[in-house]
Amino acid sequence: MPFGNTHNALKMNYSAEQEYPDLSQHNNHMAKVLTPEMYANLRDKQTPSGFTVDDVIQTGVDNPGHPFIMTVGCVAGDEETYEVFKELLDPVIEDRHGGYKPTDTHKTDLNPDNLQGGDDLDPNYVLSSRVRTGRSVRGFCLPPHCSRGERRGIESLSIESLSSLDGDLKGKYYALKNMTEEEQQQLIDDHFLFDKPVSPLLLASGMGRDWPDARGIWHNDTKTFLVWVNEEDHLRVISMQKGGNMKEVFTRFCEGLTKIESLFKDKGHEFMWNEHLGYVLTCPSNLGTGLRGGVHVKLPNVSKHEKFGEILKKLRLQKRGTGGVDTAAVGGVFDISNADRLGFSEVELVQMVVDGVKLLVDMEKRLEGGQSIDDIMPDQK
Amino acid sequence: MATSFTRMMSGRNTAVVLASIGASTLATGYLMTDSGITAQERMKMYPPSADFPDLRKHNNCMAAALTPGIYGRLRDKVTPNNWTLDQCIQTGVDNPGHPFIKTVGMVAGDEESYEVFGELFDPVIKDRHNGYDPRTMKHPTDLDASKITNGMFDDRYVLSSRVRTGRSIRGLSLPPCCSRSERREVERVTVMALAGLKGDLAGRYYSLSSMTEQEQQRLIDDHFLFDKPVSPLLTCAGMARDWPDARGIWHNNEKTFLIWVNEEDHTRVISMEKGGNMKRVFERFCKGLKEVERLIQERGWEFMWNERLGYILTCPSNLGTGLRAGVHVRLPNLSKDARFSKILDNLRLQKRGTGGVDTAATGDTFDISNLDRLGKSEVELVQLVVDGVNYLIECEKRLERGQDIKVPAPLVQFRK
Repeated sequence: MPFGNTHNALKMNYSAEQEYPDLSQHNNHMAKVLTPEMYANLRDKQTPSGFTVDDVIQTGVDNPGHPFIMTVGCVAGDEETYEVFKELLDPVIEDRHGGYKPTDTHKTDLNPDNLQGGDDLDPNYVLSSRVRTGRSVRGFCLPPHCSRGERRGIESLSIESLSSLDGDLKGKYYALKNMTEEEQQQLIDDHFLFDKPVSPLLLASGMGRDWPDARGIWHNDTKTFLVWVNEEDHLRVISMQKGGNMKEVFTRFCEGLTKIESLFKDKGHEFMWNEHLGYVLTCPSNLGTGLRGGVHVKLPNVSKHEKFGEILKKLRLQKRGTGGVDTAAVGGVFDISNADRLGFSEVELVQMVVDGVKLLVDMEKRLEGGQSIDDIMPDQK
Repeated sequence: MATSFTRMMSGRNTAVVLASIGASTLATGYLMTDSGITAQERMKMYPPSADFPDLRKHNNCMAAALTPGIYGRLRDKVTPNNWTLDQCIQTGVDNPGHPFIKTVGMVAGDEESYEVFGELFDPVIKDRHNGYDPRTMKHPTDLDASKITNGMFDDRYVLSSRVRTGRSIRGLSLPPCCSRSERREVERVTVMALAGLKGDLAGRYYSLSSMTEQEQQRLIDDHFLFDKPVSPLLTCAGMARDWPDARGIWHNNEKTFLIWVNEEDHTRVISMEKGGNMKRVFERFCKGLKEVERLIQERGWEFMWNERLGYILTCPSNLGTGLRAGVHVRLPNLSKDARFSKILDNLRLQKRGTGGVDTAATGDTFDISNLDRLGKSEVELVQLVVDGVNYLIECEKRLERGQDIKVPAPLVQFRK
């Protein structure tokens, strides 16, 4: 069902120039790419479910930019958005994903045996390890555009499939609108609970509509595998545990994802995926693997080194505070994760994290001991 | 400039014609795709019951009125601008309610919303406007300020007087629905008309996106500047899209007549001054409104208005007159009297803090204004405020002298 002025028929009686947004104060990928000519070509198109270019760009028009981060500034409303609005999204994707071309193909590899090492990151430094991704269910509109009926459909499919998981993946679903006070408190204490988005980047795209209808959290009994339903994507899948055994985290991640995928398939639903874009998600920044694999790691010395930023860049890693994106590091503890999402497989990305964090911990130990790290500076990956 | 196009735009019949042109474009779009489920197929796959919102925790007028039957009949309808019921009610679904205030919970996307979705709007209007039945009643419009009597308050009590309303330009969709080009058209039409105001109404327009720092600071100091809405009641309705594009403030040189462009409505019109001369405030208000209306009519435009609902605005709570006439008044003794609220109720007045809606009073100064908007004319409402505030000041004076006061009899609701 339409959100905002999706089908406003009167706007087509104005020229493209009259409708073209004022992007003069803007600093996001969409604003860099969207020319008046491109807008004129795209403005009378829509996807089969009725998503228009104005819907795609609304969040980027409403949010001129983050002072430090170059935001994407556009979202997809359904799988077909990436086709119908290729002219806009291909250059946005290329810009955001390090030169990924419209003709490139993306490799998917969810075989944890292909990961070398990763089971021995020093737990004195690496406090926790985590891998997350997202999945979209083919045939349904995405969170910016979906109707309440579709969103509920995703929720029931998810509940049915997840309830079939067994072994160490066996768990329980907590619907946001039904949870008791105690359940809510427990989920907050476990750092599992997600709340209605407050970021205007998300709200302006329409994904906060009808909150908390059909939103919920599923997690296994051992609290190491977690699925968010109908937040920014249909599903967000998270594997996590204390300590530095990234291999175990990744193995559970891959096994869980593969099982969930086959359970959905049993019910006649597949995930949105194609050879070019990999897994299709709401935000173009999460295409490909949608994967962010990372650790919370103590790096009080390395982080003060003048070359810290450069080292991370060479390792293709990024730092965040331990509250996640847009937070600052507390007590020298950083969230270090892969910077890429598309153009590398899951295994390759987690390998980068594993190798990179190992090196960073070695550097930390050297600096602790007053030694130099000049001889172990990495090459550009 | 008046063109045949702009004249054409002002008719409702024309809107239907234009929409059908738009609709065929959309239909072509559907046919041309060979992948994915179309919107129409989707509507069949999901019957209205699948989409009916969960309103069990909700306390707003929309949630009280919306039944599965009504939703089922209205879900698949569209206005000539393709606005849907789901878009009308989104704000009420997303905002279960204020703990103390019963919010409305729905908005119009265009003039036709009130017709096409009348089955839901009518009971909401009745609920909000104290039993006014749009199906059977007519709303009186009266902007003849000369009829006001006793419109000068005691300046020792009344610190300032103010009258505000809104106006929508017929043929252009409302802030929740409008595209950027429509919003810019509202701005263009309004600013062009305001440039024609003369004498004590002559003034200037400040566009939000191009004002200088100094202009911005001055407008803040004058308490004129409005900012991007933060209330989720407004943002969930979609009226903050593309901010600050095509938004601005116009005011006359004397700073007594002010117009907001493209905030919650196409235009909000405000007349105000320090002191208690409500009659003069209302005179300027009526004169300014009539002048602006004349100036837009010269160019082939008109305001949205009909007999049933009076002036058409975005929020159903502002239908009719859209008028809030009020004063900032000092009532140190009366406000402490246990009968204060009852007196206000019976006089059909409401109190707010001096920061406006949802603020608390500071000290003993209150914002006192009319409760009603629809079913009484502008003159009736302003006279009601005039008589009411004079009564409150009388009570204050009596209490000062140690005399007792009386709770007045409740005012009659509507002329039947």
